[in-house]
Amino acid sequence: MKRLLSLNVNGQPYEVAARNNHSLLEVLRYDLGLTGSKQGCDKGDCGACTVLLDGEPVLSCCMLAGTVASSSQITTIEGLAGPQGLDSVQDAFDRSGALQCGFCQSGMMLSARALLNRDKNPSDEAIREALGGNLCRCTGYTQIFEAVKLAASMERGEAPDYVPGASDGFNVLGGRHRKADGHRKATGAAIYTDDVVLPRMLHGKILRSPHAHAVIRNIDTRAAEALEGVVAVLTGEALPTLYGVIPWTMDEQALCTDRARFVGDEVAAVAAVDEETAQRALDLIVVDYEVLPAVMDPFTALEPEAPVLFPNRKRGNLTKRVKLEFGDVDQALSDAAVVVEGDYLFEGTAHAPIEPHAVVAEYDARGLLTVTSSTQIPHYVHRALARVLELPADQIRVIQPALGGAFGGKSDPFGHEMIAAKLAMMTRRPVKFLLNREETFFTHRGRHPMHMKMRLGADAEGRFTGLDSNILIDGGAYTSFGLVTTYYSGQLLTAPTTFGTYRFDSSRVFTNKPPCGPKRGHGSVQPRFAFEIQVDKIAAALDIDPIDIRRINDLGPDTHTINGQRITSNGFLECLRVVEEASEWKQRYGKMPYGRGLGVAGSTYISGTAYPVYPNEMPQSGVQVRLDRSGRAHVMCGASDIGQGSDTMLALIAAEELGIEPDKVQVTSSDTDLSPVDLGAYSSRVTFMAGNACRSAAQILAHRVRSAVASEFGVPDVQVHRAAGRWFSVKDADKNISAAEAFQIGEAAFGTLGATGGYNTDKTLGGDYRGGTIGASPAYSFTAHVAEVRVDTETGFIHVEKIWAAHDCGFALNPTLVEGQIAGSVYMGWCEAVMEEQSFAYGGPNPGLLRGANLLDYRISTAVETPEIYPFIVESQDPNGPYGAKEAGEGPLHPILPAIANAVYDAVGIRLDRLPFHPSKVLAALQAKAEN
Amino acid sequence: MLRIADTFIVENPRTVDEALEILKAYTDRARVIAGGTDLLPNIKHGLHAPEVVVNLKSIEGLREVEIGSDWIELGALLPLHELATHDELAAVVPALVTAAGAVAGPQLRRMGTLGGNVCLDTRCVYINQTHFWRQALGFCIKKDGTKCHVVTTGKRCVAAASNDTAPVLTVLGAELEIVSPRGVRTVLVADFYVNNGEKNNVLAPDEILTKIRIPRPSATRRMAFQKLRIRDAIDFPMLNMALAFDLVDGELKSPDLVVSAIASRPRRVRRIPEGVPDEALIEAACNSAFRVVRPLTNINGDLVWRREMVKVLLRRAFRDALGE
Repeated sequence: MKRLLSLNVNGQPYEVAARNNHSLLEVLRYDLGLTGSKQGCDKGDCGACTVLLDGEPVLSCCMLAGTVASSSQITTIEGLAGPQGLDSVQDAFDRSGALQCGFCQSGMMLSARALLNRDKNPSDEAIREALGGNLCRCTGYTQIFEAVKLAASMERGEAPDYVPGASDGFNVLGGRHRKADGHRKATGAAIYTDDVVLPRMLHGKILRSPHAHAVIRNIDTRAAEALEGVVAVLTGEALPTLYGVIPWTMDEQALCTDRARFVGDEVAAVAAVDEETAQRALDLIVVDYEVLPAVMDPFTALEPEAPVLFPNRKRGNLTKRVKLEFGDVDQALSDAAVVVEGDYLFEGTAHAPIEPHAVVAEYDARGLLTVTSSTQIPHYVHRALARVLELPADQIRVIQPALGGAFGGKSDPFGHEMIAAKLAMMTRRPVKFLLNREETFFTHRGRHPMHMKMRLGADAEGRFTGLDSNILIDGGAYTSFGLVTTYYSGQLLTAPTTFGTYRFDSSRVFTNKPPCGPKRGHGSVQPRFAFEIQVDKIAAALDIDPIDIRRINDLGPDTHTINGQRITSNGFLECLRVVEEASEWKQRYGKMPYGRGLGVAGSTYISGTAYPVYPNEMPQSGVQVRLDRSGRAHVMCGASDIGQGSDTMLALIAAEELGIEPDKVQVTSSDTDLSPVDLGAYSSRVTFMAGNACRSAAQILAHRVRSAVASEFGVPDVQVHRAAGRWFSVKDADKNISAAEAFQIGEAAFGTLGATGGYNTDKTLGGDYRGGTIGASPAYSFTAHVAEVRVDTETGFIHVEKIWAAHDCGFALNPTLVEGQIAGSVYMGWCEAVMEEQSFAYGGPNPGLLRGANLLDYRISTAVETPEIYPFIVESQDPNGPYGAKEAGEGPLHPILPAIANAVYDAVGIRLDRLPFHPSKVLAALQAKAEN
Repeated sequence: MLRIADTFIVENPRTVDEALEILKAYTDRARVIAGGTDLLPNIKHGLHAPEVVVNLKSIEGLREVEIGSDWIELGALLPLHELATHDELAAVVPALVTAAGAVAGPQLRRMGTLGGNVCLDTRCVYINQTHFWRQALGFCIKKDGTKCHVVTTGKRCVAAASNDTAPVLTVLGAELEIVSPRGVRTVLVADFYVNNGEKNNVLAPDEILTKIRIPRPSATRRMAFQKLRIRDAIDFPMLNMALAFDLVDGELKSPDLVVSAIASRPRRVRRIPEGVPDEALIEAACNSAFRVVRPLTNINGDLVWRREMVKVLLRRAFRDALGE
C-alpha cells in the first residue's frame, strides 16, 4: 500500500507516494532521483546510505520513509554543494585523493560534514570516531582523514591554496591533481550501475542453489510464470554455452543446466515489474534436486573416492598442476648452512567492494543489446556475451559506468550479465539486476585459500641458495582465472630477492564452494606471506638483520629472475632504505619492550601481463584522442576506471603532451561502442599500457599542431613549446597563442585532428619453457613495508599502530593517486591479516554454506582501528613505462601481511603462520610458548 | 537488494495512548519501531512480518534526561548518542555512558534509542541471516523451524542477549516503566529478561517501554563496562559485562557483576568477594565469573578464547572502576 509522504530534502519540499515498506534510501534514490546516496550492505552495516536528518548522520536504508517527520530536514550529498560551488568537505575530499571509487564517499562526506558542524578543529581521534560507521574499501581512510583536516582548516581560513604543481620538466605530470571524475563523485552526480533507471525497466532476481552439490533433475517454473507481474522466467537450457574468462578453461554456465556446484550457484531467474514480485516468483519455482556429497577442502578433493564436480574431466578435481624447477634444489638445500621450513595457511578472503554487483541490459528494436554493468573488464564481457547469447559482437555494446570498487571481484564475465541480457532480449524491455550483499559474496572470485609448505636454504653469509615450495590451492567450484593463479603462486616469488635454485609445485583443485579468482595481488599475496616469513626465520637463524638479509639477496635492476623474467627498473633497495629510516628501524628493531615489535617484508608485482588472456596480436590497449577548436582534447579508451584513477591518468598524459590544463581533457572510457579496446582493469596493467597508448596518440597530435604553429610563427618546430593552455615560441615572447588558436591552426593545416595510439607488449618476454610466459610483464614494481605492532598479551589482539610503506612505482604521474593506491593496498592487506576470513559451516547441516555472507559478520576494518599508514613513493624510472611509470595498485598490498607476522615475532616471539591472526590464535600461540 | 517485505502499514501515533490503541487493535501482529536499527534488518531477514509498524518516534517526549537526588530518569526514546555524550550522566553513571557509546557506530547511535537497546532482540549467527541462508541451513527454533544449530540437542532457543546497556542497567538496579491499556507497571531490569532466545523479555505485545529509572548511585559506588569486539565500531559484543561496587575506606562492598552476550539473558555472577580489592580478590572474582560463564557458538569467535576473555575483561573492569 502506498501513502503520501511530505519530505523536506535539501531544502526542497517533496510530496511523494511511497509504499509503507520503502526505506528512506529507496525513496531518495528511486522516487526522488537523488542517487548520490548509495546502497551497499542491505542492512545498516556499511554506512554508504548515510544522510543527515536534522543535521545528524543516519542510515537511510534502516529508516522507513513513512516514519520520517515532514518537519525533518533531510540533507543528501546533492544538497551539500551550494550556489558558490562545492562545500569545503567536498572540495577537500577532491583535493586529497579521498574519492577513489567514490561509492562510500557520499555517506562519508556527510558524516564528516556533521562532525565539522559541531567541531571546527577535530582531533584525529574525533575524526576516526565520527567516521567509524562509514566503511571505505578503497582508501584505507588515510586520505579521508587528511581531507577532513583540510576541510576544517579551509573553514578556519588556514588552508594552503590549491596548487597542483608538477615534477621538474613537466607541465602537469608529477603534480597533485584532482581526479577527472572527482567533482562528479564529490557531488553524488557520478552514475553507477544501479543509478541507471530506464523506461519500462524490469527487475530481475536469481534463484540460487541451497545445496553445495546437487544434480538438478527438473525445474518447474509454471507457478512463477503465472504470478501477476512476472514477465519472464529463465532457466539454464536457454543459455547452455560454456564460458569463462580464460579461453582454455571455460566451465561456467549462466544458469546451471544439470548440476549446482556450490551454495549460491545460479539455477533460474525471473524478470518482473519490481523486485518484490520477482522475489515472490522465485519462491514459486520448484527445483527437484538430487543432493550429492560435497567436497569442502582441497585435500579431500584429491582423494580417489572424493565427489567429483565435473564428472567428464579426465583429471578429477584437479584444475591445474604446475611443477617447475630451476637448478638442483635438493642439492642446494642439502648443502645449505641453514634450512628453514614452514607450513602456512591463507584462508580465503573476499573483495567486499562497497558496491554490490549490478547490471542493466536493454535490447532495442534494431537488435542492439546494450549491457551496462559493474564490471572492470568490459571487453571480456563483450566477448562472453557474444558467445553465450550467440549474437554477433557487432550487435552488443558494453558500458561500464562509475564503479564502486572492484579489486578483482568484477573481472570475470558473470552469469547475471548473461541472464539480464537474455531476459532483455526475451521481454524487449530493459532489465536490471542488483545483487544483494549475500549474492555478492556468493559470486565471489576472491582470494584463493592456499596451503603452503616452503623450505628455504641459505649459506652462512645469508645468501639464499634454494627455495622449495609446495602449494595446494582451493579453487572453489569453477576455474575462473585459476590457470593463471596456479602459475602465479610460483612464478611471482622470484623477486625482489633472488635464490640460487627454485622449485615450485602448485596444484589448484575444485571444491563445492564459491569460485575463487583474482583479488588484488592475484595469486601471489599468499605465497608472499609464506616466503617473507621464511626470510625472517633465516635472518633469525643466522642472526642477520631482516632488512640486511633482503639487501644481501637483492636481485637488482636490469637482470633476469631465476625463472627467466626480465627485470628492468628496480627500486627495492631504496624502498628498504626509506622504510628503515622512517621507522627508526636501526634504533628500535629487536630493542622494544615485550609486546611491541617491528617487522619488515618486501615484494614485487607485475605491471600488466605480457600476454592477453586470449591470444591475439592486436594492441593490449588502444587510445583515440581528438582535439577540438575550443582548445579541448577528448580521450577515448577502453580502460576501466574502477576508482584507481585511470581516467585521470589519461587526462594528465593528454594534458601534458598538448600543453593544456587537465580539466580541458574529456575522457570517455570503458564503452565498447565509443572507446578503442583496452583489456580492462586487472593485473595492474592500465597505467603502463593505456598510459603508453595515450602518450603515443597525444604526441602525434602535438607534433602536428606544433608543426602548423611553427609555420605560422615562422620558427623551427623545436622552438614551439606549450604549457598551461598556451603555445608559444621560446625565442619570441610575442609569439604566444592559446591552445584553442593552436589547435585551429593545426586543424587548418592537417584537417580534423584525431589520432590513435596503441600499446602492445614485447612478445619475447618470459622464460623459455612451458608456462614461462605466465608472470612475464614489461615491468615490475617493488615494495617494502615496516609494521609496528603492539600485542595485547592478555587478549591476543594485535594492534598495528603504524605502517610505513615504500613503493617503487617507477614515476608517480600523480603522487596523490599513487599514495592512495599504496594506503588502500596496505589497508586491504591489514584487514586480511587480522580480521577477514571466508569461513564455512564445516560439519554443520549444510557444510557448503558460507558463514556470515554480510558486512557485519565478514569484517573489514573501520576508520577507528585502522593503523596509521605512511605511504612513500620511490621512483626508479622504468625505461618502458609511460614517463617511467609502473604499477601501484596491487604490489603495495603484499608485504603487509608478513610484515605484521614478523613484527609479532619481534614483539612476543611467536610465529604466526595461519591467517587471519585472530586474537584467539595469537593468545593460544602465546600460551603454547609459555608452556614450552 | 534485500527488501523490507511489503506486509505492513506504518502508523505514526502522536501520543503513547494512541500507540497503545493501535497495538491493542493488532494484538501480536504489530511491531513498534523507534530507531529501527534492529527491527528493519530483522524484517529484511524475514524474521518478522508485522501487519502494522508503530512508530514511537512520532510521539512527543519520552526523551528526557532528569537527574534527581534519588533517581535518574531517562526517556525510552533517548537516542544512544545523546546518552553517550551526556557530561552530567557521565559523572553519575559513567558505565552506562560508556556502554551507550560502545553500541554500533555513530549513525546507529543517533537513530537507536535507549529503550530500543533495552528491548533489542536476541542475536545468533544462525538467525541474523537472510531467508535464503536460513533455509539453506535449515530453519531453527527462533523462526520457522524446530532445531537449534547452537545446541543441537536443545529444545530452547539460545540466541544471545546482545544489548550493551542491559548489563549496566542491571547492576545499576534500574527499573523500567512499562505502559499498557492495563496501566503502568514497573519491572526491574534484572527481572525484565528471561532465558528464552525466542523472546527474551517480559514485555507483552500490547505494552510499551516508556522510561528507564535508575536509582542514583551513591558517591561511593564505582562502576565499569567492558565490551569484547573485533572492530572498535559497528560490532555487536562477543562478550560484555558491567561491574559495580561500593568502595568505602579502601574496601570493596556490595559488588555486582553482570555478564552478557553469552546466553539469552544477561547473567548475574554471584560470589564476588568483598574486602580490599587486591590481586587476590580480583583473581577470586575472575574465577567466579569464569566458572559460570560458558560461551556458545551463537556468537562468532573461538569459545575457549571468549571464555578466557571473561577474566581479562573483568580485571580491566576492576581497573576502570578503581580508577587505575
